[in-house]
Amino acid sequence: MSELVMTTDRERPFDPPDRIAGLGGEAPLHRLTFADGHEGWLVTGYTAARAILADPRFSNRPEFTHPTIPARAEVAEKLRGREFAVPGFFLRMDAPEHTRYRKLLTGQFTVRRMKQLEPRVEEITHARLDALAAAGRPADLVEHFALPIPSLVICELLGVPYEDRERFQSYSRALLALESGADEVIDAMRSMTGYLYDLIQRKRAEPQDDLISGLVQGGELADDELTGVAFLLLVAGHETTANMLGLGTYALLRNPDQLAAMRDDPSVVDNGVEELLRYLTIIHIGPIRSALEDVEVEGVMVRKGQSVAFSLPVVNRDPARFPGGDSLDLARPAGGHLTFGHGIHQCLGQQLARIEMRIGFPALLRRFPGLRLAVPPEEVPMRTDMSIYGVHRLPVTW
Amino acid sequence: MKIKADTTVCIGAGMCALTVPQVFDQSDEDGTVVLLETSPPAELEDGVRRAVTLCPSGALSIAE
Repeated sequence: MSELVMTTDRERPFDPPDRIAGLGGEAPLHRLTFADGHEGWLVTGYTAARAILADPRFSNRPEFTHPTIPARAEVAEKLRGREFAVPGFFLRMDAPEHTRYRKLLTGQFTVRRMKQLEPRVEEITHARLDALAAAGRPADLVEHFALPIPSLVICELLGVPYEDRERFQSYSRALLALESGADEVIDAMRSMTGYLYDLIQRKRAEPQDDLISGLVQGGELADDELTGVAFLLLVAGHETTANMLGLGTYALLRNPDQLAAMRDDPSVVDNGVEELLRYLTIIHIGPIRSALEDVEVEGVMVRKGQSVAFSLPVVNRDPARFPGGDSLDLARPAGGHLTFGHGIHQCLGQQLARIEMRIGFPALLRRFPGLRLAVPPEEVPMRTDMSIYGVHRLPVTW
Repeated sequence: MKIKADTTVCIGAGMCALTVPQVFDQSDEDGTVVLLETSPPAELEDGVRRAVTLCPSGALSIAE
């Protein structure tokens, strides 16, 4: 049995766990003992990660997947087969089932469509900066800026009432907290699907100009499928960018020369956002794929039925692909990072996330040129206990 | 350089349209790749190669 087990505990806030990071330069795949005792693999090499994520011989279906994090083993056991057996939850489907759902949505998330949202994202961002100023010093950047921006944007896009945020944000927190018990996870799933199912009924009765209404009127999906699609988009739409904005600001505050470049040099912004995505890689556990047949990857034989987990934070610092990748350097060519994944499941909302960050970081730093932490760095609470990494709170002053 | 795009494989991630918008666009219908140029001018060839590498679904290829 392999002694290597997955962990989310970190020695330093921006670096992957030493135990896993140390494997990075050594070999692309390592034997890993999953939380249920399954003997599978952990990928830390960039080319191997890209190859497996794009390979249809590796499945993303929940019934083949073994959990990596010990706290999730009980949940996985109780939910066996039910976990994401939500119709329409196409993240956990393979082609061609996955293709049908994704193609219904991709037209709504094109580079051009997302560009059209820029003026509205700017308005929302500036309103949140006003709210942050009004909150007074010190203030929590997550509460006033990092979480509300993507929440407001995804709510408007989907047609989910923002006033309901306390409900859906609490469900999504329970789903993503690694310490949630099986009953809590099941409750949160039930509450979220119930909430969205009711919303879909209202959209059917009174359609509006939003994505969910469009899908309802398109008539291609049944209500339970629509619920699963809305579930995925709502959770993915705010938990991700929110954590990038929070953790990204923290990382910039700890790297003042990089912060100054992001604030003062517009030509740095686009690539700088890619570098923050690479350096911080908030998807710190998962994805996981399972081999549908024996597959050889860079000299390693992955057997049929074996699960393969990825440490994307380590993959994105593979010295062969990103030399010196342990430091934050906004001028580094950072394109090609795997933070949004690779293959058919690559993030649907990535162009929206880019716009939110390309607007959000410079706007924040220009509005508050004296922005700084209001607590010692060791008191910033890190999300080592959540499936998506970031900061729980970021107390700042200016 | 000649670019080929397979819209049956494309998943509409938009990496190509983000990288070289002069050459790649996306359909409003299903987000799949639309080639604005099949033989791009020399100064865009590096960008096109980058876009082909970035494509997550392997929908793009180049015939020199």
